[in-house]
Amino acid sequence: MEGLLPDLEVVRKDFPILSRVLADGRPLVYLDSANTSQKPQVVIDTMVDHLERHNANIARAMHQLGAESTAAYEAARDKVSAFLGAPDRDEVVFTKNITEGLNLLANTLVWPGQHQVGPGDEIVITEMEHHSNIVPWQLLCERTGATLRWFGITDDGHLDLSNIDELVTERTKVVSLVWVSNMLGTVNPIDAIARRAHEVGALVVVDAAQAAPQLPIDLAAMPVEERPDVLGFTGHKTVGPTGIGVLWARRDMLDQLPPFLGGGEMIETVTMERSTYAPVPHKFEAGTPPIVEAVGLGAAVDYLSGLGMDNVHRHEQAVTAYALAGLATVPGLRVFGPLDATQRGGAVSFEIPGIHPHDVATVLDSRGIAVRAGHSCTKPTHARFGVQSTTRMSSYLYTTPAEIDALIDGLEYTRSYFKLG
Amino acid sequence: MTTDLDALYQEIILDHYKNPHHKGLREPFEAEVHHVNPTCGDEVTLRVHLAHGPQGTWVEDVSYDAMGCSISQAAASVMTDLVIGKPVGEAMAIHDEFLTLMQGKGQVEPDEDVLEDGVAFAGVAKFPARIKCALLSWMAWKDATTTAQLEEAQ
Repeated sequence: MEGLLPDLEVVRKDFPILSRVLADGRPLVYLDSANTSQKPQVVIDTMVDHLERHNANIARAMHQLGAESTAAYEAARDKVSAFLGAPDRDEVVFTKNITEGLNLLANTLVWPGQHQVGPGDEIVITEMEHHSNIVPWQLLCERTGATLRWFGITDDGHLDLSNIDELVTERTKVVSLVWVSNMLGTVNPIDAIARRAHEVGALVVVDAAQAAPQLPIDLAAMPVEERPDVLGFTGHKTVGPTGIGVLWARRDMLDQLPPFLGGGEMIETVTMERSTYAPVPHKFEAGTPPIVEAVGLGAAVDYLSGLGMDNVHRHEQAVTAYALAGLATVPGLRVFGPLDATQRGGAVSFEIPGIHPHDVATVLDSRGIAVRAGHSCTKPTHARFGVQSTTRMSSYLYTTPAEIDALIDGLEYTRSYFKLG
Repeated sequence: MTTDLDALYQEIILDHYKNPHHKGLREPFEAEVHHVNPTCGDEVTLRVHLAHGPQGTWVEDVSYDAMGCSISQAAASVMTDLVIGKPVGEAMAIHDEFLTLMQGKGQVEPDEDVLEDGVAFAGVAKFPARIKCALLSWMAWKDATTTAQLEEAQ
Protein backbone atom coordinates (compact mmCIF):
# COMPACT_ATOMS: atom_id res chain seq x y z
CA MET A 1 0.00 0.00 0.00
CA GLU A 2 1.34 3.42 -0.94
CA GLY A 3 2.09 5.96 1.76
CA LEU A 4 2.83 3.55 4.61
CA LEU A 5 5.93 4.19 6.67
CA PRO A 6 8.94 2.45 5.18
CA ASP A 7 10.00 -0.48 7.36
CA LEU A 8 6.70 -0.48 9.22
CA GLU A 9 7.46 -3.87 10.76
CA VAL A 10 10.75 -2.51 12.10
CA VAL A 11 8.99 0.59 13.45
CA ARG A 12 6.47 -1.64 15.21
CA LYS A 13 9.30 -3.43 16.99
CA ASP A 14 10.15 -0.09 18.60
CA PHE A 15 6.86 -0.39 20.54
CA PRO A 16 7.13 -3.35 22.92
CA ILE A 17 3.44 -3.31 23.86
CA LEU A 18 2.43 -4.09 20.27
CA SER A 19 3.63 -7.66 20.79
CA ARG A 20 1.30 -8.11 23.78
CA VAL A 21 -0.96 -11.12 23.64
CA LEU A 22 -4.33 -10.64 25.29
CA ALA A 23 -6.88 -13.05 26.74
CA ASP A 24 -7.54 -16.15 24.61
CA GLY A 25 -4.18 -15.76 22.89
CA ARG A 26 -5.41 -12.83 20.82
CA PRO A 27 -2.73 -10.42 19.58
CA LEU A 28 -3.34 -6.80 20.52
CA VAL A 29 -4.91 -4.68 17.79
CA TYR A 30 -4.54 -1.20 19.24
CA LEU A 31 -6.90 1.26 17.56
CA ASP A 32 -7.24 3.75 20.41
CA SER A 33 -4.27 6.03 19.76
CA ALA A 34 -6.36 9.21 19.75
CA ASN A 35 -7.06 8.32 23.38
CA THR A 36 -3.41 7.68 24.16
CA SER A 37 -0.57 6.56 21.94
CA GLN A 38 1.79 3.69 22.72
CA LYS A 39 5.40 4.38 23.68
CA PRO A 40 8.57 3.41 21.84
CA GLN A 41 11.39 1.71 23.71
CA VAL A 42 13.58 4.81 23.41
CA VAL A 43 11.09 6.85 25.48
CA ILE A 44 10.87 4.14 28.12
CA ASP A 45 14.68 3.75 28.20
CA THR A 46 15.30 7.49 28.38
CA MET A 47 12.99 7.81 31.37
CA VAL A 48 14.49 4.81 33.12
CA ASP A 49 18.01 6.09 32.47
CA HIS A 50 17.14 9.48 33.90
CA LEU A 51 15.68 7.90 37.04
CA GLU A 52 18.58 5.46 37.39
CA ARG A 53 21.47 7.82 36.72
CA HIS A 54 20.52 11.52 36.73
CA ASN A 55 17.64 11.98 39.12
CA ALA A 56 17.68 15.22 41.09
CA ASN A 57 15.50 18.27 41.38
CA ILE A 58 16.09 20.91 38.75
CA ALA A 59 17.22 24.51 38.86
CA ARG A 60 17.96 24.50 42.58
CA ALA A 61 20.15 21.49 43.40
CA MET A 62 23.73 22.75 43.58
CA HIS A 63 25.38 19.45 42.76
CA GLN A 64 26.40 17.44 39.73
CA LEU A 65 23.19 15.45 39.52
CA GLY A 66 21.19 18.66 39.84
CA ALA A 67 23.08 20.10 36.91
CA GLU A 68 22.52 16.95 34.83
CA SER A 69 18.83 16.84 35.62
CA THR A 70 18.39 20.53 34.84
CA ALA A 71 20.25 20.09 31.57
CA ALA A 72 18.06 17.13 30.61
CA TYR A 73 14.87 19.04 31.46
CA GLU A 74 15.92 22.12 29.50
CA ALA A 75 17.15 19.97 26.62
CA ALA A 76 13.64 18.54 26.46
CA ARG A 77 12.33 22.10 26.10
CA ASP A 78 14.73 22.62 23.20
CA LYS A 79 13.55 19.42 21.54
CA VAL A 80 9.88 20.39 21.89
CA SER A 81 10.69 23.87 20.63
CA ALA A 82 12.32 22.36 17.53
CA PHE A 83 9.39 19.94 17.08
CA LEU A 84 6.96 22.88 16.94
CA GLY A 85 9.28 25.20 15.06
CA ALA A 86 8.80 27.68 17.91
CA PRO A 87 10.27 31.11 17.21
CA ASP A 88 11.73 31.21 20.75
CA ARG A 89 12.46 28.21 23.00
CA ASP A 90 11.39 30.18 26.10
CA GLU A 91 7.87 30.26 24.66
CA VAL A 92 7.53 26.55 25.49
CA VAL A 93 5.83 26.09 28.86
CA PHE A 94 5.59 22.60 30.34
CA THR A 95 2.22 21.79 31.86
CA LYS A 96 0.59 18.60 33.14
CA ASN A 97 -1.37 18.14 29.91
CA ILE A 98 -3.19 20.33 27.42
CA THR A 99 -6.18 20.56 29.75
CA GLU A 100 -3.96 22.33 32.26
CA GLY A 101 -2.52 24.50 29.51
CA LEU A 102 -5.96 25.71 28.42
CA ASN A 103 -6.96 26.28 32.04
CA LEU A 104 -3.77 28.25 32.61
CA LEU A 105 -4.77 30.54 29.81
CA ALA A 106 -8.46 30.87 30.67
CA ASN A 107 -7.57 31.63 34.28
CA THR A 108 -4.90 34.24 33.61
CA LEU A 109 -7.15 36.11 31.15
CA VAL A 110 -9.44 36.96 34.09
CA TRP A 111 -6.90 39.40 35.57
CA PRO A 112 -6.14 43.02 34.61
CA GLY A 113 -3.81 43.46 31.67
CA GLN A 114 -3.80 43.89 27.94
CA HIS A 115 -5.68 40.64 27.32
CA GLN A 116 -8.17 40.84 30.21
CA VAL A 117 -11.62 39.50 29.35
CA GLY A 118 -14.60 41.38 30.79
CA PRO A 119 -18.37 41.92 30.47
CA GLY A 120 -19.45 42.42 26.86
CA ASP A 121 -16.40 40.61 25.49
CA GLU A 122 -16.85 37.44 23.51
CA ILE A 123 -15.00 34.14 23.34
CA VAL A 124 -15.55 32.09 20.19
CA ILE A 125 -15.10 28.32 20.16
CA THR A 126 -16.58 25.58 17.95
CA GLU A 127 -19.11 22.80 18.27
CA MET A 128 -16.38 20.22 17.62
CA GLU A 129 -14.29 21.06 20.68
CA HIS A 130 -13.14 18.55 23.25
CA HIS A 131 -14.59 19.30 26.69
CA SER A 132 -11.16 20.60 27.70
CA ASN A 133 -11.56 23.45 25.21
CA ILE A 134 -15.15 24.18 26.30
CA VAL A 135 -15.34 24.04 30.08
CA PRO A 136 -12.40 26.41 30.84
CA TRP A 137 -14.04 29.04 28.60
CA GLN A 138 -17.44 28.50 30.18
CA LEU A 139 -15.78 29.06 33.55
CA LEU A 140 -14.05 32.19 32.23
CA CYS A 141 -17.36 33.55 30.93
CA GLU A 142 -19.10 32.85 34.25
CA ARG A 143 -16.32 34.65 36.10
CA THR A 144 -16.06 37.68 33.83
CA GLY A 145 -19.51 38.22 32.32
CA ALA A 146 -18.17 37.53 28.85
CA THR A 147 -20.25 35.62 26.29
CA LEU A 148 -19.34 32.28 24.71
CA ARG A 149 -20.14 31.93 21.00
CA TRP A 150 -19.77 28.91 18.75
CA PHE A 151 -18.88 28.05 15.17
CA GLY A 152 -21.33 25.42 13.92
CA ILE A 153 -20.55 22.28 11.93
CA THR A 154 -21.78 21.36 8.45
CA ASP A 155 -23.45 18.00 7.85
CA ASP A 156 -20.26 16.63 6.30
CA GLY A 157 -18.27 17.46 9.42
CA HIS A 158 -16.50 20.70 8.53
CA LEU A 159 -16.62 23.93 10.48
CA ASP A 160 -19.33 26.21 9.12
CA LEU A 161 -17.38 29.38 8.37
CA SER A 162 -20.21 31.05 6.41
CA ASN A 163 -20.91 33.45 9.29
CA ILE A 164 -17.31 34.01 10.38
CA ASP A 165 -17.54 37.78 9.95
CA GLU A 166 -20.64 37.99 12.18
CA LEU A 167 -19.17 35.58 14.72
CA VAL A 168 -15.65 36.98 15.02
CA THR A 169 -16.02 40.73 15.59
CA GLU A 170 -14.47 43.64 17.44
CA ARG A 171 -16.01 42.19 20.61
CA THR A 172 -14.10 38.92 20.23
CA LYS A 173 -11.17 38.59 22.63
CA VAL A 174 -10.30 34.95 22.03
CA VAL A 175 -10.94 32.41 19.27
CA SER A 176 -10.08 28.94 20.54
CA LEU A 177 -10.42 25.92 18.33
CA VAL A 178 -9.26 22.41 17.70
CA TRP A 179 -6.88 21.85 14.79
CA VAL A 180 -7.78 18.18 14.26
CA SER A 181 -11.06 16.94 15.76
CA ASN A 182 -10.78 13.94 18.07
CA MET A 183 -14.31 12.81 17.11
CA LEU A 184 -14.84 13.82 13.48
CA GLY A 185 -11.20 13.75 12.45
CA THR A 186 -11.70 17.04 10.61
CA VAL A 187 -8.58 19.12 9.95
CA ASN A 188 -9.67 22.73 10.47
CA PRO A 189 -8.35 25.71 8.46
CA ILE A 190 -6.67 27.44 11.36
CA ASP A 191 -4.84 29.78 8.96
CA ALA A 192 -8.03 31.34 7.60
CA ILE A 193 -9.63 31.56 11.03
CA ALA A 194 -6.49 33.09 12.54
CA ARG A 195 -6.38 35.69 9.79
CA ARG A 196 -9.93 36.81 10.56
CA ALA A 197 -9.37 36.73 14.32
CA HIS A 198 -6.22 38.80 14.05
CA GLU A 199 -8.03 41.37 11.90
CA VAL A 200 -10.25 42.12 14.89
CA GLY A 201 -7.44 41.87 17.44
CA ALA A 202 -8.50 38.57 19.00
CA LEU A 203 -6.11 35.96 20.38
CA VAL A 204 -6.03 32.66 18.54
CA VAL A 205 -5.71 29.52 20.66
CA VAL A 206 -5.22 26.16 18.96
CA ASP A 207 -5.84 22.80 20.60
CA ALA A 208 -3.27 20.64 18.83
CA ALA A 209 -3.79 17.51 20.95
CA GLN A 210 -4.61 15.45 17.83
CA ALA A 211 -2.65 17.61 15.38
CA ALA A 212 0.75 17.41 17.05
CA PRO A 213 0.90 13.60 16.75
CA GLN A 214 -0.03 13.63 13.07
CA LEU A 215 0.83 16.87 11.29
CA PRO A 216 4.18 18.53 10.67
CA ILE A 217 4.08 21.82 12.60
CA ASP A 218 6.37 24.76 11.91
CA LEU A 219 5.18 27.81 13.82
CA ALA A 220 8.04 30.05 12.74
CA ALA A 221 7.32 29.33 9.08
CA MET A 222 3.68 30.43 9.37
CA PRO A 223 2.85 33.98 8.26
CA VAL A 224 2.39 36.03 11.45
CA GLU A 225 -1.24 36.83 10.66
CA GLU A 226 -2.02 33.10 10.29
CA ARG A 227 0.05 31.87 13.21
CA PRO A 228 -1.81 31.00 16.41
CA ASP A 229 -0.94 33.06 19.47
CA VAL A 230 -1.20 29.99 21.65
CA LEU A 231 -0.95 26.29 20.80
CA GLY A 232 -1.07 23.36 23.16
CA PHE A 233 -0.64 19.62 22.99
CA THR A 234 -0.28 16.72 25.36
CA GLY A 235 2.70 14.39 25.65
CA HIS A 236 0.96 11.06 25.88
CA LYS A 237 -0.68 11.30 22.46
CA THR A 238 2.70 12.00 20.82
CA VAL A 239 4.32 8.72 21.94
CA GLY A 240 5.44 10.43 25.16
CA PRO A 241 4.44 9.75 28.76
CA THR A 242 1.36 10.96 30.63
CA GLY A 243 1.69 13.84 33.09
CA ILE A 244 3.39 16.24 30.68
CA GLY A 245 1.91 18.71 28.23
CA VAL A 246 3.04 21.75 26.34
CA LEU A 247 1.64 25.23 26.09
CA TRP A 248 3.40 27.31 23.49
CA ALA A 249 2.49 31.01 23.37
CA ARG A 250 3.86 34.21 21.90
CA ARG A 251 6.65 35.54 24.09
CA ASP A 252 5.21 39.05 24.52
CA MET A 253 1.89 37.58 25.53
CA LEU A 254 3.44 35.24 28.09
CA ASP A 255 5.41 38.19 29.44
CA GLN A 256 2.23 40.21 29.94
CA LEU A 257 0.04 37.53 31.47
CA PRO A 258 0.09 37.13 35.25
CA PRO A 259 1.23 33.81 36.76
CA PHE A 260 -1.25 30.95 37.01
CA LEU A 261 0.02 28.85 39.93
CA GLY A 262 2.22 30.38 42.60
CA GLY A 263 5.00 28.57 44.41
CA GLY A 264 8.62 27.60 44.14
CA GLU A 265 10.52 27.92 40.88
CA MET A 266 8.20 30.61 39.45
CA ILE A 267 9.58 33.46 41.58
CA GLU A 268 12.32 36.00 41.30
CA THR A 269 12.14 37.03 44.94
CA VAL A 270 9.67 36.62 47.78
CA THR A 271 9.20 38.92 50.76
CA MET A 272 6.45 39.07 53.34
CA GLU A 273 4.98 42.03 51.46
CA ARG A 274 5.06 40.80 47.88
CA SER A 275 6.72 38.58 45.33
CA THR A 276 8.18 39.16 41.91
CA TYR A 277 8.28 36.53 39.25
CA ALA A 278 10.79 34.63 37.22
CA PRO A 279 10.94 35.26 33.49
CA VAL A 280 9.06 32.93 31.15
CA PRO A 281 8.81 30.02 30.87
CA HIS A 282 9.55 29.50 34.58
CA LYS A 283 6.89 32.04 35.61
CA PHE A 284 4.32 29.42 34.56
CA GLU A 285 6.06 26.36 36.00
CA ALA A 286 5.42 26.59 39.74
CA GLY A 287 6.69 23.79 41.93
CA THR A 288 8.81 20.80 40.99
CA PRO A 289 7.69 19.98 37.46
CA PRO A 290 7.23 16.49 35.99
CA ILE A 291 10.94 16.24 35.24
CA VAL A 292 11.27 12.68 34.01
CA GLU A 293 8.06 13.05 32.01
CA ALA A 294 9.48 16.12 30.28
CA VAL A 295 12.68 14.21 29.52
CA GLY A 296 10.56 11.37 28.14
CA LEU A 297 8.61 13.81 25.97
CA GLY A 298 11.88 15.15 24.61
CA ALA A 299 12.82 11.62 23.53
CA ALA A 300 9.34 11.16 22.07
CA VAL A 301 9.37 14.22 19.83
CA ASP A 302 12.91 13.34 18.73
CA TYR A 303 11.64 9.88 17.81
CA LEU A 304 8.81 11.42 15.75
CA SER A 305 11.18 13.85 14.07
CA GLY A 306 13.48 10.92 13.30
CA LEU A 307 10.67 9.16 11.45
CA GLY A 308 9.77 12.47 9.85
CA MET A 309 6.39 14.04 10.55
CA ASP A 310 5.71 14.24 6.80
CA ASN A 311 6.10 10.45 6.67
CA VAL A 312 3.94 9.97 9.77
CA HIS A 313 1.24 12.16 8.22
CA ARG A 314 1.38 10.26 4.93
CA HIS A 315 1.10 6.96 6.82
CA GLU A 316 -1.91 8.21 8.78
CA GLN A 317 -3.65 9.31 5.59
CA ALA A 318 -3.00 5.97 3.88
CA VAL A 319 -4.27 3.93 6.83
CA THR A 320 -7.25 6.23 7.35
CA ALA A 321 -8.23 5.98 3.67
CA TYR A 322 -8.00 2.19 3.93
CA ALA A 323 -10.08 2.22 7.12
CA LEU A 324 -12.77 4.47 5.58
CA ALA A 325 -13.00 2.12 2.59
CA GLY A 326 -13.29 -0.90 4.90
CA LEU A 327 -15.89 0.71 7.15
CA ALA A 328 -17.98 1.55 4.08
CA THR A 329 -18.38 -2.19 3.44
CA VAL A 330 -20.07 -2.82 6.80
CA PRO A 331 -23.85 -2.75 6.22
CA GLY A 332 -25.63 0.12 7.97
CA LEU A 333 -22.45 1.61 9.41
CA ARG A 334 -22.38 5.42 9.44
CA VAL A 335 -19.13 7.37 9.70
CA PHE A 336 -19.20 10.87 11.24
CA GLY A 337 -16.99 13.54 9.72
CA PRO A 338 -15.29 13.94 6.35
CA LEU A 339 -15.16 10.80 4.20
CA ASP A 340 -12.06 11.99 2.34
CA ALA A 341 -8.92 10.88 4.18
CA THR A 342 -6.95 13.88 2.91
CA GLN A 343 -9.26 16.18 4.92
CA ARG A 344 -9.03 14.36 8.21
CA GLY A 345 -6.90 12.81 10.88
CA GLY A 346 -6.77 9.21 12.01
CA ALA A 347 -9.70 9.22 14.45
CA VAL A 348 -12.82 7.78 12.83
CA SER A 349 -16.08 7.72 14.82
CA PHE A 350 -19.01 5.66 13.63
CA GLU A 351 -22.27 4.04 14.63
CA ILE A 352 -23.97 0.80 13.72
CA PRO A 353 -27.70 1.38 14.22
CA GLY A 354 -29.13 -1.28 16.52
CA ILE A 355 -25.91 -1.93 18.44
CA HIS A 356 -24.82 0.43 21.19
CA PRO A 357 -21.15 1.52 20.95
CA HIS A 358 -20.41 -0.04 24.34
CA ASP A 359 -21.56 -3.38 23.06
CA VAL A 360 -19.52 -2.95 19.88
CA ALA A 361 -16.42 -2.15 21.94
CA THR A 362 -16.91 -5.12 24.26
CA VAL A 363 -17.27 -7.60 21.40
CA LEU A 364 -14.23 -6.11 19.63
CA ASP A 365 -12.28 -6.26 22.90
CA SER A 366 -13.06 -9.96 23.20
CA ARG A 367 -11.12 -10.28 19.91
CA GLY A 368 -8.19 -8.19 21.18
CA ILE A 369 -9.24 -5.04 19.33
CA ALA A 370 -9.06 -1.88 21.47
CA VAL A 371 -11.30 1.03 20.41
CA ARG A 372 -13.02 3.89 22.23
CA ALA A 373 -16.75 3.85 22.89
CA GLY A 374 -18.75 6.69 24.37
CA HIS A 375 -18.85 10.43 23.77
CA SER A 376 -15.06 10.87 23.38
CA CYS A 377 -15.32 14.00 25.58
CA THR A 378 -17.19 15.77 22.78
CA LYS A 379 -20.81 15.76 23.96
CA PRO A 380 -21.84 18.91 22.02
CA THR A 381 -20.43 17.40 18.80
CA HIS A 382 -22.36 14.21 19.43
CA ALA A 383 -25.52 16.23 20.11
CA ARG A 384 -24.95 18.11 16.83
CA PHE A 385 -25.13 14.80 14.98
CA GLY A 386 -28.04 13.49 17.05
CA VAL A 387 -26.17 10.66 18.72
CA GLN A 388 -25.50 9.96 22.36
CA SER A 389 -22.31 8.04 21.78
CA THR A 390 -20.17 6.52 19.05
CA THR A 391 -17.49 3.92 18.54
CA ARG A 392 -14.14 5.40 17.55
CA MET A 393 -11.18 3.69 15.93
CA SER A 394 -7.99 5.69 15.83
CA SER A 395 -4.82 4.64 14.08
CA TYR A 396 -1.27 5.89 14.41
CA LEU A 397 2.14 5.53 12.88
CA TYR A 398 2.37 1.86 13.93
CA THR A 399 -1.04 0.81 12.58
CA THR A 400 -1.03 -1.77 9.79
CA PRO A 401 -3.62 -2.46 7.09
CA ALA A 402 -3.95 -5.96 8.59
CA GLU A 403 -5.15 -4.38 11.85
CA ILE A 404 -7.81 -2.47 9.91
CA ASP A 405 -8.84 -5.79 8.33
CA ALA A 406 -9.14 -7.26 11.84
CA LEU A 407 -11.39 -4.36 12.84
CA ILE A 408 -13.67 -4.81 9.82
CA ASP A 409 -13.88 -8.57 10.46
CA GLY A 410 -14.60 -7.81 14.11
CA LEU A 411 -17.42 -5.45 13.15
CA GLU A 412 -18.94 -8.10 10.87
CA TYR A 413 -18.72 -10.55 13.76
CA THR A 414 -20.34 -7.98 16.06
CA ARG A 415 -23.24 -7.60 13.65
CA SER A 416 -23.78 -11.34 13.50
CA TYR A 417 -23.38 -11.68 17.27
CA PHE A 418 -26.23 -9.24 17.81
CA LYS A 419 -28.17 -10.84 14.97
CA LEU A 420 -28.33 -7.84 12.67
CA GLY A 421 -29.36 -8.97 9.16
CA MET B 1 -13.04 -15.35 25.53
CA THR B 2 -16.20 -16.26 23.63
CA THR B 3 -17.42 -17.96 26.77
CA ASP B 4 -16.97 -14.77 28.80
CA LEU B 5 -18.67 -12.83 26.03
CA ASP B 6 -21.59 -15.24 25.99
CA ALA B 7 -21.73 -15.02 29.79
CA LEU B 8 -22.01 -11.26 29.43
CA TYR B 9 -24.59 -11.25 26.66
CA GLN B 10 -27.00 -13.88 27.93
CA GLU B 11 -30.11 -14.40 25.82
CA ILE B 12 -32.18 -13.07 28.73
CA ILE B 13 -30.27 -9.80 28.59
CA LEU B 14 -30.65 -9.46 24.83
CA ASP B 15 -34.37 -10.24 25.13
CA HIS B 16 -34.88 -7.53 27.74
CA TYR B 17 -32.81 -5.14 25.60
CA LYS B 18 -35.00 -5.71 22.55
CA ASN B 19 -38.29 -5.76 24.48
CA PRO B 20 -37.85 -3.73 27.65
CA HIS B 21 -40.49 -4.11 30.36
CA HIS B 22 -42.28 -1.15 32.00
CA LYS B 23 -40.50 1.38 29.77
CA GLY B 24 -41.92 4.90 29.40
CA LEU B 25 -42.65 7.64 31.92
CA ARG B 26 -45.97 7.34 33.74
CA GLU B 27 -48.13 9.24 36.25
CA PRO B 28 -48.58 9.35 39.17
CA PHE B 29 -45.18 9.49 40.85
CA GLU B 30 -43.74 10.91 44.05
CA ALA B 31 -40.16 11.31 42.86
CA GLU B 32 -38.33 11.63 39.56
CA VAL B 33 -34.55 11.45 39.16
CA HIS B 34 -32.14 11.79 36.27
CA HIS B 35 -28.92 9.79 36.44
CA VAL B 36 -26.06 9.71 33.96
CA ASN B 37 -22.99 7.59 33.55
CA PRO B 38 -20.44 10.34 32.86
CA THR B 39 -17.90 8.03 31.27
CA CYS B 40 -20.18 6.90 28.45
CA GLY B 41 -23.11 9.30 28.51
CA ASP B 42 -25.79 6.69 29.25
CA GLU B 43 -28.82 8.38 30.79
CA VAL B 44 -31.94 7.38 32.65
CA THR B 45 -34.91 9.41 33.84
CA LEU B 46 -36.81 7.36 36.39
CA ARG B 47 -40.01 7.84 38.39
CA VAL B 48 -41.16 5.98 41.47
CA HIS B 49 -44.75 5.68 42.68
CA LEU B 50 -45.16 4.31 46.20
CA ALA B 51 -48.41 3.07 47.73
CA HIS B 52 -49.37 2.50 51.34
CA GLY B 53 -51.54 -0.08 53.07
CA PRO B 54 -51.87 -1.98 56.31
CA GLN B 55 -48.77 -4.03 55.41
CA GLY B 56 -46.66 -0.91 54.91
CA THR B 57 -45.27 0.84 51.86
CA TRP B 58 -44.76 -0.90 48.58
CA VAL B 59 -43.45 -0.03 45.12
CA GLU B 60 -46.59 0.51 43.08
CA ASP B 61 -44.84 1.55 39.85
CA VAL B 62 -41.43 2.35 38.41
CA SER B 63 -41.40 4.05 35.04
CA TYR B 64 -38.39 5.23 33.10
CA ASP B 65 -36.97 6.62 29.93
CA ALA B 66 -33.40 5.55 29.20
CA MET B 67 -30.70 5.69 26.56
CA GLY B 68 -27.76 3.36 26.61
CA CYS B 69 -26.18 0.03 25.88
CA SER B 70 -27.78 -3.40 26.01
CA ILE B 71 -26.54 -3.99 29.55
CA SER B 72 -27.92 -0.74 30.96
CA GLN B 73 -31.24 -1.07 29.12
CA ALA B 74 -31.75 -4.71 30.08
CA ALA B 75 -30.80 -3.95 33.69
CA ALA B 76 -33.51 -1.27 33.86
CA SER B 77 -36.08 -3.70 32.48
CA VAL B 78 -35.14 -6.50 34.89
CA MET B 79 -34.99 -4.07 37.82
CA THR B 80 -38.58 -2.95 37.26
CA ASP B 81 -39.72 -6.59 37.09
CA LEU B 82 -38.03 -7.25 40.41
CA VAL B 83 -39.17 -4.25 42.44
CA ILE B 84 -42.67 -3.39 41.20
CA GLY B 85 -45.25 -4.77 43.61
CA LYS B 86 -42.70 -5.44 46.35
CA PRO B 87 -42.62 -3.86 49.81
CA VAL B 88 -39.97 -1.12 49.80
CA GLY B 89 -37.82 -2.97 52.36
CA GLU B 90 -37.81 -6.15 50.30
CA ALA B 91 -37.05 -4.21 47.10
CA MET B 92 -34.12 -2.52 48.83
CA ALA B 93 -32.84 -5.96 49.89
CA ILE B 94 -33.00 -7.11 46.25
CA HIS B 95 -31.07 -3.97 45.29
CA ASP B 96 -28.40 -4.86 47.85
CA GLU B 97 -28.21 -8.42 46.54
CA PHE B 98 -27.76 -7.18 42.97
CA LEU B 99 -25.10 -4.69 44.08
CA THR B 100 -23.22 -7.47 45.87
CA LEU B 101 -23.35 -9.58 42.72
CA MET B 102 -21.99 -6.74 40.58
CA GLN B 103 -19.18 -5.93 42.99
CA GLY B 104 -18.25 -9.59 43.47
CA LYS B 105 -15.63 -9.76 40.65
CA GLY B 106 -17.38 -12.86 39.35
CA GLN B 107 -16.90 -14.75 42.64
CA VAL B 108 -20.43 -14.31 44.01
CA GLU B 109 -22.99 -17.04 43.29
CA PRO B 110 -26.31 -15.30 42.52
CA ASP B 111 -29.51 -16.45 44.25
CA GLU B 112 -32.07 -17.05 41.52
CA ASP B 113 -34.94 -17.06 44.03
CA VAL B 114 -34.14 -13.43 44.85
CA LEU B 115 -32.77 -12.05 41.59
CA GLU B 116 -34.79 -14.05 39.02
CA ASP B 117 -33.74 -12.74 35.55
CA GLY B 118 -31.15 -10.63 37.37
CA VAL B 119 -28.89 -13.69 37.67
CA ALA B 120 -28.19 -13.23 33.96
CA PHE B 121 -26.03 -10.25 34.92
CA ALA B 122 -23.54 -12.41 36.85
CA GLY B 123 -21.22 -12.33 33.80
CA VAL B 124 -21.12 -8.51 33.86
CA ALA B 125 -19.13 -8.60 37.10
CA LYS B 126 -16.14 -9.88 35.12
CA PHE B 127 -16.16 -6.78 32.90
CA PRO B 128 -15.15 -3.89 35.18
CA ALA B 129 -15.94 -1.30 32.50
CA ARG B 130 -19.54 -2.52 32.28
CA ILE B 131 -20.55 -2.78 35.94
CA LYS B 132 -21.67 0.85 36.00
CA CYS B 133 -23.93 0.11 33.02
CA ALA B 134 -25.74 -2.60 34.97
CA LEU B 135 -26.05 -0.44 38.09
CA LEU B 136 -27.23 2.83 36.50
CA SER B 137 -30.97 2.23 36.76
CA TRP B 138 -30.69 0.48 40.13
CA MET B 139 -28.92 3.53 41.57
CA ALA B 140 -31.56 5.79 40.04
CA TRP B 141 -34.34 3.67 41.55
CA LYS B 142 -32.76 3.72 45.01
CA ASP B 143 -32.27 7.47 44.81
CA ALA B 144 -35.86 8.10 43.67
CA THR B 145 -37.33 5.77 46.27
CA THR B 146 -35.34 7.35 49.09
CA THR B 147 -36.36 10.81 47.88
CA ALA B 148 -40.03 9.79 47.71
CA GLN B 149 -39.91 8.40 51.24
CA LEU B 150 -38.20 11.51 52.60
CA GLU B 151 -40.75 13.80 50.98
CA GLU B 152 -43.62 11.76 52.31
CA ALA B 153 -42.13 11.86 55.79
CA GLN B 154 -42.13 15.64 55.76
